[in-house]
Amino acid sequence: MKKLESSLTNMVLVLTLVAVIMGGVLAFVNHLTEGPINEQKEKALADGIKAVMVCDELTVSKTDEVKQNDEKGKEVTYIVYQVKDAQGNDLGAAVQSTTMGFGGDLKVLVGFDPEGKILGYTLLEHAETPGLGAKADQWFQKGQKGDIIGKSPAEPLTVSKDGGQVDAITASTITSRAFLKAINNAYTAYKATPVDAESGATKQDKEKEDNV
Amino acid sequence: MSYVDIIKNGIVKENPTFVLMLGMCPTLATTTSAMNGMSMGLATMAVLICTNFVISCMKSVTPDKVRIPVFIVVIAAFVTMLQLVIKAFLPDIDAALGLFIPLIVVNCIILGRAEGFASKNSPVASLFDAIGIGLGFTLGLTLLGICRELLGSGSIFGLTLLPETYNILLFVLPPGAFIMLGFLIAIVNKLRS
Repeated sequence: MKKLESSLTNMVLVLTLVAVIMGGVLAFVNHLTEGPINEQKEKALADGIKAVMVCDELTVSKTDEVKQNDEKGKEVTYIVYQVKDAQGNDLGAAVQSTTMGFGGDLKVLVGFDPEGKILGYTLLEHAETPGLGAKADQWFQKGQKGDIIGKSPAEPLTVSKDGGQVDAITASTITSRAFLKAINNAYTAYKATPVDAESGATKQDKEKEDNV
Repeated sequence: MSYVDIIKNGIVKENPTFVLMLGMCPTLATTTSAMNGMSMGLATMAVLICTNFVISCMKSVTPDKVRIPVFIVVIAAFVTMLQLVIKAFLPDIDAALGLFIPLIVVNCIILGRAEGFASKNSPVASLFDAIGIGLGFTLGLTLLGICRELLGSGSIFGLTLLPETYNILLFVLPPGAFIMLGFLIAIVNKLRS
């Protein structure tokens, strides 16, 4: 078969046609997968909240966004999910908190009971070194070496190297510090939300969102 | 060349990882475990099969001077589709490989096969070439992933075989990828000759 000649018209025509057809197909696939992708995201978040609140039957009664400035003056957003159980009792809240880890953003979801004790946590996103910092997803869980479950960050949690009570991950002090900072910040954000505006908690800029 | 020969050619004689040395970036970056390596290999194979076939079908209407841009548009479209499908239906793979899926666009295996095989051969032959090369790449990545996971984390496909004391962390980290790949290439080439 003879090849199409490389004249200007042919080139422009073919390239445009290919781009338009591929764009069309892509738009179609995007349309098909849009729903499932959103479902996956919501499911991942819902599963995360259930895991950190140690409760299977719960509803998110309210979602707040708390904006606070970190020590460098950068604005950080925390998302606080107020959680109630099936009977409508207040279970506390799951808080999404982000800090700078060793390899990039460290995004943690941590659950607090109404007294502010840690119920559980999960890493939503991290870029820590595999085998070292990446162990954080297990290290601080119940019964592990750096167990933080049941502790309250009212007194900020710090690693033992900095005079605190939490054992840092072996050879990953930076990750451990970042992780505990995320937990402590989450606690401050939780205390700063309207529902649990207890004495002594500093009120911050609040943005109310629609109930989910 | 029969279709079986084309497939064999992709796995043994022109194995992209050990012989052609193409696509080294994903080879080194995604083989921290056997599962990750295999997923990356299969994802690349899926894209390669689609692009090789489509590009071969279009070869007579593609003017020579714009063939590379045309190939890239086709490849990028298929990679984006794959990325959307993985995000929608395989969230675990998305979490492990998310960043590397879009980079398949610039994987030289895909463009290399489009230019070197699909644009000169029939669509069916190109399909078999894609399967062969894809399997060769998957095999290479899985092998590298198995070796690194065994030495670095003491397990294969998540199945723990060695206690933590014997883990050599280096093999999970980037330098370990280079060292392991070098040894594997040496062994494979010794066996082949």
